[in-house]
Amino acid sequence: MKDLSVQNVSMVYELPKGGSVQALHDVSFDLEAGRLLTLLGPSGCGKTTLLNIVAGFLAPSGGSVELGGTPITGPGQERGMVFQQGALFEWQNVAQNVAFGPRMNRRKRSETKALVDGLLNTVGLTGFGDKAIYELSGGMQQRVALARCLANEPEVILMDEPLGALDALTREKMQGLILKLWKETGKTIILVTHSVEEALFLGDKLFVMAPRPGRIEKAYELPFAEVGLTTDPRKLKASAEFIEKREELLSMIWGMEEQIMGHEGGMS
Amino acid sequence: MSEHVPAPVAGSPVEDAKASRFGRRRGMQSRKTVTFGDASDVTTSKGWMLVSLGGLFLLWWWFTRGPEPILDEKTFPSPFATWDAFVDWWRDGYRRASAWEHASASLSRVLKGMLIGTIIGIPVGFAMGLSRVLRGIFDPIVELFRPVPPLALLPMFIMWFGIGEESKVNLLVWASVWVMIIASRAGVLGVSGSKVHAAYSLGANKWQILRYVILPNALPEVFTGLRVALGVSWGTLVAAELVGAEKGLGASIYIASRFFRMDIVLMNIVIIGVIGALMDLVMRLLESRLIPWRGKS
Repeated sequence: MKDLSVQNVSMVYELPKGGSVQALHDVSFDLEAGRLLTLLGPSGCGKTTLLNIVAGFLAPSGGSVELGGTPITGPGQERGMVFQQGALFEWQNVAQNVAFGPRMNRRKRSETKALVDGLLNTVGLTGFGDKAIYELSGGMQQRVALARCLANEPEVILMDEPLGALDALTREKMQGLILKLWKETGKTIILVTHSVEEALFLGDKLFVMAPRPGRIEKAYELPFAEVGLTTDPRKLKASAEFIEKREELLSMIWGMEEQIMGHEGGMS
Repeated sequence: MSEHVPAPVAGSPVEDAKASRFGRRRGMQSRKTVTFGDASDVTTSKGWMLVSLGGLFLLWWWFTRGPEPILDEKTFPSPFATWDAFVDWWRDGYRRASAWEHASASLSRVLKGMLIGTIIGIPVGFAMGLSRVLRGIFDPIVELFRPVPPLALLPMFIMWFGIGEESKVNLLVWASVWVMIIASRAGVLGVSGSKVHAAYSLGANKWQILRYVILPNALPEVFTGLRVALGVSWGTLVAAELVGAEKGLGASIYIASRFFRMDIVLMNIVIIGVIGALMDLVMRLLESRLIPWRGKS
């Protein structure tokens, strides 16, 4: 298992009309293997930029990212990715989508078949292997995306608002699935979300990020994810401790949003 | 899938499936109050297709053989005269060539032109979609040459390639190649970043991204290109067969017009139209077979 180390990472976007935006400023943290980190913050705080840098899709303007001591210079299969939607391959059925990674690695077909069946079972899609992607609901599509990502045995799973396009009920079920996968596989997960409740419930570590420049405003160590599978999630989310944290985070993010609004109002 | 009960993990996909089935009830009476502008509510009515065709024939008959015909049969033959011309053509052929020889001569020119146009167009379109440099190099060429009508090139093509098959096929290559380039480029550029990113994160290399992501993702656009190119090529046929053709539907039109046989001219026009429509029908059937995911994501 490999730890993730982010050191003094900055990201500056040059604007086409001149000037620049500091999407990330001097972000540093260490994430031990097996943690579930949630990134929360208003739009423009750089959380997706940070995720894309760890994924290797973006090279930071400054600083370095290392996984298990190896610098990250591009995308790699030790860092799996789950997107909000639209990243599945519609021209393949469910099983072919899940088998994509092993196939790219030229694994044996027989091995892959067993692997895919096992993963479909894990995400609750047993018997759906032959279905076309467009026949599935949004929630089921995200189950496929999770299974596809797991097929390559990544060290780290990066999730960019994976449940953002789902309805509230499906979303709660899927939160349970993510916790279950995290517990069963022991993988490191970094999950970007807009939902305060989701960030609190899923994260055993949580960063609240702030914009202009994008940075980590506050870090939390949280107890909820640890007991999220054994306790009734509704009761957990209604507990005094959870509500207290939720309100604290909400007011912090509201404060940032208002600052942004004021800032933009001042410019115009 | 309904009898299958998955392991009781958090959240049951069976309910998801039910929900999606419920959302797509087909054949139920539409209770929508807004139907104008709702594309999902527009299906082609077979009944109205028949009405339309019937009306067309009725008008044709009315103006040529109706109670008070206003068109001269010499310049605008009636449906009956056209039918007679068709029967003669079907039985005896025209100008020492059978009906099949005329039709297959035209078809094979169009298909050869399309084939070469596609073989050139797809790689060039893909190259333009994949590389900024190549896009910059090819873009002015495509934009300059695409609007040039094939007929305008005919004199030069005859000088360069002779009056035989080569100039005809090359003219049809010209007609289809630009369409195929533009469609393939659009198909490549239409791939979503998250699909490509996902594939890289799953361990795919550049070649695998091209083969397993960009190529299948571009298929719907390429197929649309094929359909458009087929229509354009078929429409260019008459121009292609203008000079030095003995056989072919377009050639027959020229030859017949010189003898003022408007019935044969009109009959060939109808044949060209019908074959063109049938080819598009075949393409649409192929499309729903080969690209079932089209428009469903």
